[in-house]
Amino acid sequence: MAYFILKRLLQLFITLIGISILSWVIITQAPGSPIALTMDPKVSPKIIEQMEKNYDLDKPIYRQYFLWIKKLFTGRLYSFKDGRPVLEKIEERIWNTLLLNLVATLIIFSLAIPLGVFSARRQYSFLDNLGTFGAYLGLSIPGFWLAYLIILATVELFGYPVLGMRSFVTEGLSMPEIVLDRIWHLMLPALIMAIHGMAGLSRYTRSSMLEVIRQDYVRTAKAKGVPEETVYYKHALRNALLPIITLFGFLIPGLIGGSIIMESVFAWPGIGRLAYQSVLARDYPVVMTILTITAVLTLIGNFFADILYGIADPRIRYQ
Amino acid sequence: MKVKTLLFIFPLLFLVLLVVNIVFVGSRPEQNINQLVQSSIGDASFLNPVLAQDSASSDINSLVFNGLIKYDRNLRGFVGELAESWEIRPGPEPEITFHLRKGVLWHDGRPFTAEDVKFTYDKVMDEKTNTVRRSDYELVKKAEVLDPHTFRVTYQQPFSPGLGTWGMGILPKHLLEKEDINTTSFNRKPIGTGPFRFVEWVTDEKIVVEANPDYFEGRPHLDRIIYRIIPETSLSEMELLTKGIDYYGVLPHQYRRMNEIAFLKTYSQSAFAYTYIGYNLKNPLFQDRRVRQAFTNAINREEIVQYVLYGFGTVISGPFPSHLWYYNPDVKPFLYDPRKARQLLSEAGWEDTDGDGILDKEGKPFRFKLITNSGNDIRRDVGVLVQRQLRELGIDVTFETYEWSIFLKNFINAKHFDACILGWSLSPDPDDYMIWHSSQIEKGFNFISYINPEADRLWEEGRREYDLEKRRKIYWRIHELLAEDQPYTFLFSPLGISALQRKFVLMEEDPSGRKVYRPIKMEKAGLTYDLIKWYVPRGTVLEK
Repeated sequence: MAYFILKRLLQLFITLIGISILSWVIITQAPGSPIALTMDPKVSPKIIEQMEKNYDLDKPIYRQYFLWIKKLFTGRLYSFKDGRPVLEKIEERIWNTLLLNLVATLIIFSLAIPLGVFSARRQYSFLDNLGTFGAYLGLSIPGFWLAYLIILATVELFGYPVLGMRSFVTEGLSMPEIVLDRIWHLMLPALIMAIHGMAGLSRYTRSSMLEVIRQDYVRTAKAKGVPEETVYYKHALRNALLPIITLFGFLIPGLIGGSIIMESVFAWPGIGRLAYQSVLARDYPVVMTILTITAVLTLIGNFFADILYGIADPRIRYQ
Repeated sequence: MKVKTLLFIFPLLFLVLLVVNIVFVGSRPEQNINQLVQSSIGDASFLNPVLAQDSASSDINSLVFNGLIKYDRNLRGFVGELAESWEIRPGPEPEITFHLRKGVLWHDGRPFTAEDVKFTYDKVMDEKTNTVRRSDYELVKKAEVLDPHTFRVTYQQPFSPGLGTWGMGILPKHLLEKEDINTTSFNRKPIGTGPFRFVEWVTDEKIVVEANPDYFEGRPHLDRIIYRIIPETSLSEMELLTKGIDYYGVLPHQYRRMNEIAFLKTYSQSAFAYTYIGYNLKNPLFQDRRVRQAFTNAINREEIVQYVLYGFGTVISGPFPSHLWYYNPDVKPFLYDPRKARQLLSEAGWEDTDGDGILDKEGKPFRFKLITNSGNDIRRDVGVLVQRQLRELGIDVTFETYEWSIFLKNFINAKHFDACILGWSLSPDPDDYMIWHSSQIEKGFNFISYINPEADRLWEEGRREYDLEKRRKIYWRIHELLAEDQPYTFLFSPLGISALQRKFVLMEEDPSGRKVYRPIKMEKAGLTYDLIKWYVPRGTVLEK
């Protein structure tokens, strides 16, 4: 086991370096420059050249790459766009995105799994068909469109749209009201972000459940007189949820990776918007650092999924 | 059993939370505060006038910082801000001496002196500072502090646009002396001398400034100004309609909806910008002036303004925004006249000899590619209309759009294009030397390679001349020359539209000291020119 972990870690490290080099090349070699983004006739070309020098953009690409790594690890990496330390910029948003994604994930799991289980128990009943219909609807409705509809609905209902992380006017509100306000602002985007995942996961749970309850051991359990509830919720469900471990691999990077569209529609100050703005502004230090963080988390997620498989499923052995 | 209960409890909890929330949200109190709430699509970057380039930062900086001078409300001359007065000593090496206002305090209570001005200038000129402002001061020979309230700058040669550059916000020396200006935390919590003091900046949410009680022109009447960052124009519109923001730059297609709302008043004003079709004059197709004139005659610009800008634009005849002093009103825009266009083209030798509907000359059909950058819907729509209108004339135009940086690098800067649709955003000073002078073909912005010796001489003269009346004559003549030559087809200058809640008024004191309210007026220098006099009379509603 220890040997396996070590080997896997080494592989991950090499993959990470590969990813960072590849993204560095793609990002910096794409057309455009962080400086001359607008055509300003009042700015002379000499100044642009000097600024490129200040940002080390005149150096060969491999030197720029090493400089980036050096600055990243010495904490002297600054954004081109606003001169702030890159890690500080990312840190102040990562919690916002984490919060939103965490709630969305909680909604997905807490609503989708029950839905899938009930659908499987009453296969082809009215409720099951309704669930199927809902899932297809959820998968096919574009999220941003639904988000606009929801915002329009809040305008109709309450007289103002739900935007950002909190109500803009909070003066004169008591503490519990402020907390409720934060929850309300969190709930709508999280719910809409969850719809897609819910639709998928509930289908997944349903089919997994249907497969398991046709297994021999379930029939045996029923035959020997185990109460049906216990058969379903104890024996069958546990086995049905095994494949969901795969989702863990995506869960960790998914929690951090922001959603550009949802964050823009709901004016949520998260990491997705930062990444998008930075790409548009060719803010290489920020883009690269976000990419690297995402890559690290994806690799860690995969790593944990591998380990968890071994723990949850005794049939899997690591050599 | 436990698992089953859990499976029930989670969805239930969730529902309860949602209901509790909805009940609460329905009861938010309405607030009427003496403040102005604005929205911006993007967050600010540097709250430091030396480094800022984006409009969000510049908006805030103009509230927190002061320049030595600023444009007057008609954008003709200047009025003093931190400088009480100034004099220009003309000559081969002209000097400008600024007499600074005494008793001005920084927001932290320290006095403002000429040392701060010198410091700001030095910072701009420092090569390590990542500023594009340095171009503005390239002709400065020396800048010196004569005494704590006198600052003198000497130019290498006469350069009249130089005066306007002293409108740049001045930084406090005592706070930045030991800092790295590119990365200092000052850029996120600025201290200035301006009418509003910085309060807070919540990234990608809002920036708040409050009235500066010690402001040298008197405390602003508004208590505070808030910039909300709303990344979507349709959301800004919703916020405006539900009074979540008070003031908003309206897009033409939103105008009609805004105009119907009783509590909003809409204003419009020509922008310092125009859109044009630039012809690559290195291409033999466009070297004949008659061809370019024919194109301008063949393009129905009134129709473009009507359908693309919903009427919110002015057809222009030359390279300046139509509401300013250097726009020559005697030069009339070419009229839409396809017959004349056809005639001009045949004079230039273009006829449809083979009857295929496309004009040709010496066996070659008139065919070219029109390009613009993607992501700009107005330019795209203009391109489609122009393509059709020129097709009617017998010219085969292909129209393509490219991503901005590719467009710039591979086509415009490489001068590898036939014709392009682009726009210029200008400053109030008419000196567009960088765009039109033939010395700017190689590395400047004269990418269409326009050469006209008389115009060259006039552009040079215009930036050497300090007298407004003489400058006006020079630029009026340039306007005539460019209208004649048509190196661009000047299309239109868009109108900027804004919507403001009617609750705001200008509050002034009449001679007897009584407070009087006047409606807010659109000035040439913009709606917010008198911002420090804006006020929300509590509980009063002004009549239409």
